[in-house]
Amino acid sequence: MGVAMPRGRRADLSGAVLPLFAATLCLLVVLPIGWLIVFAFTDRTRHATLANFRVLFTDSAFLDPLLTTLVLSVAVSLICCAVAAPMGWIVARSDMPFRRAVRIVVTASFVTPPFLGAIAWELLAAPNSGLLNQLYRSATGQGPDAVLFNVYSLPGLIFVVCCYTFPYVFVLVANALDRIPGDLEDASSMLGGSAWRTARRVTIPLALPALAAGALVAFLQAMTLFGAPGILALPAGFHTMTTKIWSLFQYPPKPELAAAASLPLLAVTVVLLRAQAAALGRRSYAVVGSHAPPRPVKLGALRWPALLLCLGLLSLPVFLPYAALLNAAFSRIPSQPLTPARLTGDHWRFVFVELSATRLAMKNTFVLALLSASCGTLLALVISYLTARAAVRGHRVLDVLATAPIAIPGIALGVGLFLAYTRGPVVLYGTLWILLLAYVTIELPAAYQQLRSSFRALSVELEDASRILGASRLRTLRTVTAPLLGPSLVATWCFVFVAVVRELSAAAILFTSETKVLSVLIFDLNESGDLAAIAVLGLTMLVLTSVVIVIANVISGLRSGPRVRAA
Amino acid sequence: MGTLQRFAMASMLLAGTAALGAPPAASKVTSELIAAAKKEGKVVWYTAVDLPVAERVAKAFEAKYPGIAMRVERSGGERIFQRIGQEYASNIHAVDVVNSSDAAHFIVWKRDGILAPYVPEDVALHYPAEQKDPDGLFASWRVWLSVIGYNTNLVKREEAPKSFADLLDPKWSGKIVKGHPGYSGTIMTATFQIARDLGWDYFEKLARQKVMQVQSSADPPKKLALGERAVMADGNEYNLFQLKEKGEPVEIVYPKEGTPLIIGPGGIMKDAPNPNAARLLQSFLFSTEAQQLMVDFGGLRSFHELVKDKPGRKPLPEIKLMKDDPAAVEKQADEIKARYSKYFKV
Repeated sequence: MGVAMPRGRRADLSGAVLPLFAATLCLLVVLPIGWLIVFAFTDRTRHATLANFRVLFTDSAFLDPLLTTLVLSVAVSLICCAVAAPMGWIVARSDMPFRRAVRIVVTASFVTPPFLGAIAWELLAAPNSGLLNQLYRSATGQGPDAVLFNVYSLPGLIFVVCCYTFPYVFVLVANALDRIPGDLEDASSMLGGSAWRTARRVTIPLALPALAAGALVAFLQAMTLFGAPGILALPAGFHTMTTKIWSLFQYPPKPELAAAASLPLLAVTVVLLRAQAAALGRRSYAVVGSHAPPRPVKLGALRWPALLLCLGLLSLPVFLPYAALLNAAFSRIPSQPLTPARLTGDHWRFVFVELSATRLAMKNTFVLALLSASCGTLLALVISYLTARAAVRGHRVLDVLATAPIAIPGIALGVGLFLAYTRGPVVLYGTLWILLLAYVTIELPAAYQQLRSSFRALSVELEDASRILGASRLRTLRTVTAPLLGPSLVATWCFVFVAVVRELSAAAILFTSETKVLSVLIFDLNESGDLAAIAVLGLTMLVLTSVVIVIANVISGLRSGPRVRAA
Repeated sequence: MGTLQRFAMASMLLAGTAALGAPPAASKVTSELIAAAKKEGKVVWYTAVDLPVAERVAKAFEAKYPGIAMRVERSGGERIFQRIGQEYASNIHAVDVVNSSDAAHFIVWKRDGILAPYVPEDVALHYPAEQKDPDGLFASWRVWLSVIGYNTNLVKREEAPKSFADLLDPKWSGKIVKGHPGYSGTIMTATFQIARDLGWDYFEKLARQKVMQVQSSADPPKKLALGERAVMADGNEYNLFQLKEKGEPVEIVYPKEGTPLIIGPGGIMKDAPNPNAARLLQSFLFSTEAQQLMVDFGGLRSFHELVKDKPGRKPLPEIKLMKDDPAAVEKQADEIKARYSKYFKV
């Protein structure tokens, strides 16, 4: 301001960038967590007290959910690893037919929100009306009390959570196996190592850090998930920590207890992430040498059984649930298999003509998803540039702040934001902004990590050229680096978009009638048992999300494709 | 429906302290009101009535007054109550007209001074005195029962439960579905009446029957129709009427001990964002037209004296009812929820 700049050397705003982004991140992360801590350690009049924690750790109404959550998380973590590791290996390292297609379907199954999967599994495996249990009874000729699988139980919940968590582990393991160079394994076998010995001494150790990371991700997902327990736990007659926290917002609301109950989730997450960082710090070793493509292991006669196994596993999170939702969307009674006599379009008419909340929820959801994906990607882009290029002093603070939300369970963040923005000076509760804040905060770590690793893979020479020619850092980022990152940016954008559409835990705390999103609408419909309407909305949501992702990829293909090649 | 007066309790009178002066004069639907409402162009109704009924009423309103978009915010009565409390605490005034399934909520809202006085002409002319607030803040929009029900494919008529006590028979273990008083105003009201008349040990014993716990009182009838459970311990009579008349295999049981009577009042908010549309909607909701629709399509019952029962449904005077008492529910709500959670673990 007022200071004349020499021509040709424009102000480099980079110096102002760090405080600006640090402040933004503090607003996103520190403020809600701060309020969470304040409420957890005070009473209604904000006097310091430990009473909330006394209740939390003595009342069985809280201890039981804590224990249940622990059992759920450990079980999900173990089962996901047991399933995802062999499947990841088959897909990444064997010559199984259609392995690319299998991989795409697993990745695509990420689009399914766990709460929708849980409702679909109600349709499939409710003990009496579930389609699979009906089939089982008619196939075996057993009486009306025979049950193959009861989804309203802790094993049922564990199963459903596994269905929608194992893709995370799978992707981590399969990607790690992709990166293990084939020549290491070749060397082992040339030196006389048997196939098993090669696997034990080379492949498994190299894949182990990814598997450990997968186990951790699965544990944290299961611990902080609200959607599936929100659907299944109540009918099964128990609470998990997340459903318990949610129920504390019933009248009369107990925000102090909700805050206190959120902190253990936060603490466990922080401890586990630190442990992982420590463990991986020792275990990760750079693989040097040529990156020969991995050598596919010949399965021989096992090729087709392996495919059958993969398809069988994929039927659990994908094929069966969507079949059940399609059935419910068109059948007069959702629990009855569709026949011409039972075919009806009533549910579609109800959702799109009568249900007055549909349009608003769709609009809110897609506005929020587009905004969050764009803001989140932009924020992650700038921060990852600053940290990956060590562009400003103190960039490590940014790194910590941008990664920190990974430790905040969605429901805890929801509670924290609720406490932060329902009272002055800034009241955001009741607006879409509070949801935008929540979504950007929740998805920032994943977006940031993805882009930071892309930056690291990118050579700095072009950027240096741009800087030498006098462009500021921000200009360089905009005109040189961002186009080169095109595909990663689109992938990050799509990831955030999908994650926002399927988010329920923070939204369930933060919505008002004017700011309802699809996930909350579906959750509300579940309260009154309107399963057919849920099926219609769920399928619509899936189609719209897929369309947006396809469009994003087409646009990016048109725009950034040639430029990247030219570079 | 004048006969209903005999069963309608003096609760509404208890709710309102004696009115000083005359209640507000009855309001007609004038062309000025319609024009002003159309200018606002929208109206938001928070209600606990089952969604398809609510949306049907909304579509009838929109058809009668084109140009006013009506949005239904449906949730369990207790969640509506919590939602309004939470929104009003942050000065968010989104709701125009409210209907709950727990009459006790109107005691609280009246005490908090967030309701606006408005007496639709139909209420003044055709509703019994006990069913309207003396200060004109609310009136009984709908009435229904929380009943026992069963799936006729899974249970023979002779073997069906006849009373609450019958539900404690071990043969029903794992076969019962019921709603939750923490979410549903109907179940809250019913739980109060049953606990008062039969004692809490009824619930203590029922909790040992491996009950499938759902939230809304509209859900147990749907779970019966799905065939997911054979018997429902509580839930809406009106959903069972709807399902039965559509030919679904469900049957209603009015328990021997008496059937909980549920009254769902309606009122408009003082800080309604669309005050004229709110009045217009309130007048519409209490009109013969909307009340008859609610009865015919929804299976509910009405206090409107010109509204006719649908043939084939058991008239209220022939049913032994439990006594409703919103004032007592208001005082005991938290204790009821706490005690219920202790027994049922959720």
